[in-house]
Amino acid sequence: MNLSGARERRVRTGGIELCVAELGDERRPTVVLVHGYPDSKEVWSDVAVRLAEHWHVVLYDVRGHGRSTAPKPLRGGFTLEKLTDDFLAVADAVSPDRPVHVVGHDWGSVQSWEFATVKRTEGRIASFTSMSGPSLDHFGHWIKRRMTRPTPRRVGQLLGQGAKSWYVYMLHTPVLPELAWRGPLGKRWPRILERMEKVPAGDYPTSSLPDDAAHGAWLYRDNIRYRLRRPRADAYAHVPVQLITPTGDAFLSETLYDELEHWVPQLVRRSLPAKHWVPRTRPDQLASWISEFVTANEDARHEGRPVRDTAARGAYAERFGGQLVLVTGAAGGIGRATAFAFAEAGARVVAVDRDGEGAARTAEMALLIGAPAAWAETVDVSDEQAMEELAEKVAAECGIVDVLVNNAGIGLSGPFLETTSEDWKNVLDVNLWGVIHGCRIFGRQMAERGQGGHIVNTASAAAYQPSRALPAYSTSKAAVLMLSECLRAELAERSIGVSAICPGIVNTNITSTTHFAGADETEERRLQQRTSRLYGLRNYPPEKVADAILKAVVRNQAVVPVTPEARGARLLSRISPGVLRGVARLKPPL
Amino acid sequence: MTSAVKDGTAPELRGFREVQRLAYDCAEAVAAQLRPGVTERDAARMQREWLRRRGVRDWFHLPFAWFGDRTAFTGFKVPLQFFPTNRKLEPGMPFILDMAPVYKGFTADIGYSGCLGPSPLHDKLMADLEAHRELILREVRERRSLRDIYEDVERLMVRQGYANRHRAYPFGVIAHKVDRVAEHRWSPQVFGFGTQSLKGLVSDALHGHRDGWSPLWSPYRFSDHPPRPGLWAVEPHLGFRGTGAKFEEILVVTDSRDPEQSAFWLDDDLPHVRRWAEEKVAA
Repeated sequence: MNLSGARERRVRTGGIELCVAELGDERRPTVVLVHGYPDSKEVWSDVAVRLAEHWHVVLYDVRGHGRSTAPKPLRGGFTLEKLTDDFLAVADAVSPDRPVHVVGHDWGSVQSWEFATVKRTEGRIASFTSMSGPSLDHFGHWIKRRMTRPTPRRVGQLLGQGAKSWYVYMLHTPVLPELAWRGPLGKRWPRILERMEKVPAGDYPTSSLPDDAAHGAWLYRDNIRYRLRRPRADAYAHVPVQLITPTGDAFLSETLYDELEHWVPQLVRRSLPAKHWVPRTRPDQLASWISEFVTANEDARHEGRPVRDTAARGAYAERFGGQLVLVTGAAGGIGRATAFAFAEAGARVVAVDRDGEGAARTAEMALLIGAPAAWAETVDVSDEQAMEELAEKVAAECGIVDVLVNNAGIGLSGPFLETTSEDWKNVLDVNLWGVIHGCRIFGRQMAERGQGGHIVNTASAAAYQPSRALPAYSTSKAAVLMLSECLRAELAERSIGVSAICPGIVNTNITSTTHFAGADETEERRLQQRTSRLYGLRNYPPEKVADAILKAVVRNQAVVPVTPEARGARLLSRISPGVLRGVARLKPPL
Repeated sequence: MTSAVKDGTAPELRGFREVQRLAYDCAEAVAAQLRPGVTERDAARMQREWLRRRGVRDWFHLPFAWFGDRTAFTGFKVPLQFFPTNRKLEPGMPFILDMAPVYKGFTADIGYSGCLGPSPLHDKLMADLEAHRELILREVRERRSLRDIYEDVERLMVRQGYANRHRAYPFGVIAHKVDRVAEHRWSPQVFGFGTQSLKGLVSDALHGHRDGWSPLWSPYRFSDHPPRPGLWAVEPHLGFRGTGAKFEEILVVTDSRDPEQSAFWLDDDLPHVRRWAEEKVAA
C-alpha cells in the first residue's frame, strides 16, 4: 500500500468485501476515485494525495481487484448492476448524508457512467469526472448510428475505433487472457507501461496485477456484448459531467464523444495532450481540474443555484482551461495578443516584460476576458539572474508553467559593416539569450515535473530569409529557430513540445523601436516612421499570430510560418534558396 | 462660419448643439428599449422613427446599429457590412448606435455605446475612451497636424491594448467635417447617406484639395495639415477582441489665437462625459 496516511476499512456488500481507503478531512465533501483495467486503486495515488489537501478522498479496489475479494463464480459477477451496488455501499459507508463526487478512469469511468445515468443513484452523486471510458450505452448508440447511416466519415470512425478496440476482442477469448496475464504479460506489463505509455517507474502497478487483470477480463465479458447490442435508451446523466479526453489515447478515439451533449445536459470538456494512463502521467493537471469542478458544483449546491459553466468559452478552452501560461514581451504586439488569446481560453497568465506598465495592463485586460488569474512581472529577459528569480517566484506562487512563450525581441536593421559589436551584443542578448534563459530555466522546471508542457519560441521569417537589411536580427532569429528544433528533439521524450513561430510582417510596434545601425538620430527616426507606416499598410494583425501560436501548441507543430509572405519564403527557402539569395541582395525601399 | 464660431455662444452653434442633444436623447431612449432578441435592423428602425417623429427629415447618414462582435467590426471587409443586419441582441452583448440626423438645417453625427447588462470589459473600454477625448482636444489646440494626432490616438490605443477600429471606416477616418445643410423638400439617400450632406462634403473635398486640406481626418497624406476651422464629428473607436466601444461628437475648431477658444467640444453634457464624471465622484 503506497498511499501514505490512508485510513483503510472494509465494506461488505453482496458476499464481497471491498477494500476502501480514505484520505483527507472527513468533514469536507467526498471525492470517490474509481480505477480502471488492469489497475487497482493505487493507480490514483498521485492524484489522491493532491486532492486530499482540499477534499475527503475515497478510493476502493473494484471487486476482484487489489485487496477486495472476487465474486464466485466470476462469470456474471461483474455486471454493471453489481458494480453499482458496490459503489452505493461504499458511498453509504464513507458519506452517508451527502452526495459524493465521482471520478473514473478507464473501466472506472465506464462504471461511473452507469452510476451517473441510472435512477437508483440519483441524489447520491454530486458530479462526475470521466476520463478514457465512455458509457457503454452511449457507445452502443454511437455504433448503431454509424451502422444505420454510414457516410464515409462515419465508416472511417467506426473502423478507427474498431481497430483501437483490438484488446476487447482478445479479452473475450476464454482462458487465454488469464494465462497471458498470469504468465509473461503480467511480468512484462510494468516495462510495457513505462516504454509505451511513459508511465513513470515506481510502486505502480502493484504485485496483485496478474490476478487483477485475470479477474477484470470478466468486466468485458459480462457487459460489453450485452450493452452494445441493447444500449439503454434513457442513459441521460443526472449530474454535471466533466469529460477529460487524453488526445493521445491509444484505446479510445476522441470522436466517441462527438454527440455527448445529447446525453449530458451539463457538460464541461477538457482535453489533455497525453496517453491513456493520465492518473499516473498528469496528476497535477487532473487534480487541478477535478478540484475546480468539485468546487464549482459544491458552491452551486450550497447557494441552491444551477451549476455555472466553469469552463471558458474561447477557442481551445478545452485544452488550456486552468493551465499556467507565461509570455515574455507581453506588453505589446504579438506577446500581448498571445496573452489575451490564452486568457480567452481560460488559462492563467503571467505577463512578463521589461515595460512593467505595459505588462500590468496586459494582465489587467487578461482578467477581464476570461483568465481566472493573471500576474504581471517586470523582467528583462536578457538578465539571467532576473530570469532565475522570476522562475522561482512563479513556481512558488503560481506553480510550474504549462506553456512558455519566449516572445520578447528587439529589432535591429542596417548593413553588417555599420553594425557595431555593441549593436550585436544588444540584439543577441535579448533575441537569443532571452530565449536561451527562458528555455533553460523554465524548460528545466517543466522537465523535472515530468508532466509534459510546451515551449513556443517566436523566431521570424527573417530566420530563413537572408537579407542585406537585417543581418544581425536575422542571425539572432535563425539561432532561435535552430535552438527550437534541437530542443524539440531533446524534449520529445519528456512529452514537452517545442514550436518555433515565424510570423513575417506583422503590424506591431517593433518597427518604432528598431535600431537602425549607421543612421543618425533624425535619419533613424525617419526610418522608424517609414517602416512603421509600411508595416501599418500591410496591417497583418498580431491577433492572427496569437491564434497560430495556440494552434501550434494544440497540434504540437515544429515550425509555423504565419503570414503568406512568411509561408512563401519558407517554401522558397526549401525548393529554391537561390531565389531568396537573389532577393536578399535587393535594397529595401526605405 | 469661421467668424461665427469664434464666439462659443453663436446662434449657429446652438443649432448644432440642439441637434446633437436630440440625437443623444434618441440614442438613450432607444438603448433603454433594447431587449434580448431585438435585431440591428429593429434598433436602426427605432432610431429612425424616433427622430422622424421629432421632425428630422434629412440625414447625413441613416442610423446604424451594431451588436456583439460587430461593435468591433470583426471581419469587416466591404462597406456594405456596416449596414444593420438581423443579428439579435443577447444578454451581456455590447451594442453601438450611430446616427447623423439633419434638423433645421444643422447636422450632428453621434455614436453611443452600451451593453445589455453589466460587463466589466465594456466598462473598461468606455473608461479608457476618456483619455482619447482629452488627447484629441489637447493636440488640436496645439495645432498639430491631423495626421500626427491620428497617429498619437492610435498609439494610445495600442498602448491601452486595443485595436484601432476607426481604421475600418471608409478612408480609415477618425473624423469628418460637418456643416449646415440646405433644407430641401426632397432629399434622397444614396447607400444610406443623405445627398445634400454628401454634396457639402464633396465640395469641401474639392476646395480643400486645391488649398491643401481635406474634410476627412485620416491616417493618409491628405490629412497632413493643421486642424481646419469648422465643425468636426470625431469618433475614436476602440476594439478589443469581440467588443468595441466609441463615442462620436462634434469638436469645434476656430482660428482664434486663444487656445481655449481655438478648439472645444461643442457640448460637455453628453452621456459618456456624464458617465466619466459620475465615475470620478464614485471613486
